[in-house]
Amino acid sequence: MEIFWYIIVVVMLAVYMILDGYDFGAGIVHLFIAKTEKEKKAIRNAIGPFWDANEVWLIAVGGVLFFAFPTLYAASFSGFYLPLIMILWLLIFRAIGLELRGQIHNLIWESIWDKAFGIASLLLALFFGIALGNIVRGVNLGMVENGVSTQEAHFFFLPLWNPSFSPYAEHLGIIDWFTVLLGIIGVISLTIHGANWIIFKTDSTLNKLLKSIIFKLNFVLVALVIISVSIWHIINPKPFHNFIDHPWIWIFPFITFTGLLGLFKVKSFRKDGYGFIFSSLFLFGGFTTTVASIFPNILPSTNAVNPSLTVYNVAADQYGLSVGAKWFIISAVLVVVYTIIIHKVFKGKMDNIKYGEH
Amino acid sequence: MEDMLFYDRMQFAFTITFHYLFPQLTMGLSLLIVVFKGQYLYTKDNRYNDAAKFWMKIFSINFVMGVVTGIPLEFQFGTNWAKFSELTGGIIGQTLAMEGMFSFFLESSFLGLFLFGEKLLGQKLHFLTGFLVFLGSWASGLLIIATHSWMQYPVGYEILENGKFVLNNFSALFSNPWLWPSYIHNQLASVVTASFVVGGVGAFYLLNNQHSKFGKLFLKTGVITGLISSLLVAFPTGDWTAKNVVKYQPITFAAMEGIFETEDGGSEIIIIGQPDIQNKKLDNKIAIPNILSFLTYQNWNREIKGLNEFDEKNHPTNISGLYYAYHIMVGLGTIFIALMGFAMLQLLRKKLYKTKLILWAIIFMIPFPYIANTAGWYTAELGRQPWLVYNLLRTADGISPTVSSGNTLFTLLGFIGLYLLLGLLFLIVIGKIIYKGPHIEKQ
Ligand code: HDD
Ligand code: HEM
Ligand code: HEM
Repeated sequence: MEIFWYIIVVVMLAVYMILDGYDFGAGIVHLFIAKTEKEKKAIRNAIGPFWDANEVWLIAVGGVLFFAFPTLYAASFSGFYLPLIMILWLLIFRAIGLELRGQIHNLIWESIWDKAFGIASLLLALFFGIALGNIVRGVNLGMVENGVSTQEAHFFFLPLWNPSFSPYAEHLGIIDWFTVLLGIIGVISLTIHGANWIIFKTDSTLNKLLKSIIFKLNFVLVALVIISVSIWHIINPKPFHNFIDHPWIWIFPFITFTGLLGLFKVKSFRKDGYGFIFSSLFLFGGFTTTVASIFPNILPSTNAVNPSLTVYNVAADQYGLSVGAKWFIISAVLVVVYTIIIHKVFKGKMDNIKYGEH
Repeated sequence: MEDMLFYDRMQFAFTITFHYLFPQLTMGLSLLIVVFKGQYLYTKDNRYNDAAKFWMKIFSINFVMGVVTGIPLEFQFGTNWAKFSELTGGIIGQTLAMEGMFSFFLESSFLGLFLFGEKLLGQKLHFLTGFLVFLGSWASGLLIIATHSWMQYPVGYEILENGKFVLNNFSALFSNPWLWPSYIHNQLASVVTASFVVGGVGAFYLLNNQHSKFGKLFLKTGVITGLISSLLVAFPTGDWTAKNVVKYQPITFAAMEGIFETEDGGSEIIIIGQPDIQNKKLDNKIAIPNILSFLTYQNWNREIKGLNEFDEKNHPTNISGLYYAYHIMVGLGTIFIALMGFAMLQLLRKKLYKTKLILWAIIFMIPFPYIANTAGWYTAELGRQPWLVYNLLRTADGISPTVSSGNTLFTLLGFIGLYLLLGLLFLIVIGKIIYKGPHIEKQ
């Protein structure tokens, strides 16, 4: 049962990254690349009817984590206290940036909310990458000082950074050079992903420009991925043991590379949706490869005193997990049905819906 | 430790109080929008469709406010109440996860369709999407109150040696005797809020001589639903919830009612008075003998236990706050019934639209259902203290052990600043939409 729920959480997180990820990416494009009002409007239309439902994936995965892995939820949410609260603030700015902008026609008002939406999206992409970095690197569980735990074995607290910015300093921080590297990968891959979504959903004049930007950014992305894979062993002493023990999980890196390679052909796709498929593959593959490499750990411990948090030591009891599975399957089917319905109704290009205008 | 607890509580209280200002309108208004849209389908009179569309605009902004302020609540269970989450997550996490999976997806998916899909869908399907939004928001109310009811009256659980609560009976969460009275009471109270808002905007248009056609429609609808819901909030549902409190939390009930001493031969009902906690008595009191015993037990002489009979360490931590919250709710409830009743009378006599006094009064009253709802929740939450899970887990034992008070104060101040800004923006934008009025679609 634990494994069942673990797979659910991973898949839901991946879906969240793919769906809300294109919103963040669109926000970044909106901030840096879109210049004219028409281009900006096309971008907002492309995500307008969807972003809210996409954000629900975050809430839902939070709920599932809460009930299936309560100890993990408690330990990680209190341990990563500050960045999580900041993510909440950013989500607020993203949402009101999108929703309030069109309510009043005034240049100052509009440009404030444009910036709020764009900057919040950029920082969110960065933060989510950093978060992934923290999970790979691990934390000082139990807050061990001189070989003694100062807290219960699974609790910890991390400040935003420590002055050395090093992922193997004695006192860790959330931001260090390794996590920032993953943060940058997050920003670049989501920019590509968001650009693909815009190409898919609009006939904007930007589309041509976006294709060449995707093409260029993809080189940067490949370079960063190679760098991060080659230094992975500094952070995680046994990065590939799962790949040796269970060769079938090579499928995940394979998906990642398919995505990356596909993106190089962005300029010659016959259909506008193809690019989006490849960037989704990259995100899905990248995320699953990362979590598969540390399995069964979910949050590794950096000290020798307390054990890592694993799928097995943070789960709720069996009865709860199995009744949960019953209602979950029903609700998941419904969610799929809703998603199909909304994407059917809003299929094709969306340049002309009247999002956010009253 | 003391101030860690204090800031955690302040932050939760502040953020949830602010959050609930929005969902109460969402839930009530979604019902009224369905009513408008339904009347349109039935009569084919465009006025109703325009009305539905007008309120949808307000709804959509209010909804977004509810969404963005709701996410911090879910996160806070983990960030600020980590010990509580660890111990009870296997149970309350069930209903919270169900809320996300069953209701939020429903609501947010169909809201997009309802807002942008009228032309694509046709009228019947458009009505259906509106109905699904309503269903989603009421389902979310149900699941959150199921969670809350478990904290007030825990059922279907077992406590392991390590202190963890584990679920052993899923359906008990939904047959919890605390749940249904509380849910129905709360939902009706949200309809009260929406009725005053809709009716108040109608009254505003009439007094301002603006959009009078809609003014009349809104006012009439608000008065009808407002009277019905205000009556039902007080009786029978307010009565049901009060009876639950007497039965399962007698000590809370004594504090709510301001009873310090047990009286022989039936308790009086206190209308006005200020609790004096130090000397354990009520100052300046105005009370009517024996009524309380009758209301609670339908027996004039039945004894109701006073606070002084209970161990002081289980007394609610803020007795005066609890007492005032309860009396504010009940007092306002009475005023709502009186005002709406009077307005209804004038409506039946066809004089409502000209009775300026009532029009002014309804506009003036718009904030008060919000106050009554908030006071109701303070009654429930202060009444639960000092317990987080009633009689089983103390509030002080639920906080996050590693988050220092300095960090919590920092985020609390951040939330206060951000929410003040949000509130201001919300008022500006809503004010503008109301002022502009409904858009009349050509036949
Ligand atoms: C418009 C708002 C409103 C009005 C007029 C009333 N209520 Fe209320 N009441 C609520 C809105 C509310 C609420 C916000 O919805 C609460 C908070 C928790 C809940 O489930 O509903 C609540 C809770 C609540 C509780 C506490 C339950 C608990 O401890 O969990 C009691 C005893 C009552 N109500 C009783 C009444 C009575 C006797 C009323 C007579 C007029 C009344 N309420 C009017
Ligand atoms: C919207 C309506 C609600 C309001 C206005 C409200 C208000 C409050 C207030 C004022 C407190 C602080 C009490 C104190 O510390 O003295 C509090 C605490 C709390 N409430 Fe609520 N509450 C609401 C609904 C809920 C629901 C639905 C839940 C559960 C799902 C909940 C869970 C909690 C928790 C966990 C605390 C912190 C622990 C505590 O102080 O008891 N609340 N709430
Ligand atoms: C601890 C208490 C609470 C938590 C954790 C919580 C959580 C949330 C979350 C995460 C959202 C965003 C949903 C979305 O994206 O669509 C939300 C919105 C909502 N909440 Fe709350 N909430 C709490 C209290 C309440 C209460 C007391 C009610 C009503 C009884 C309520 C009713 C709603 C509704 C109807 C929405 C839909 C959005 C809206 O109406 O504006 N919530 N809540």
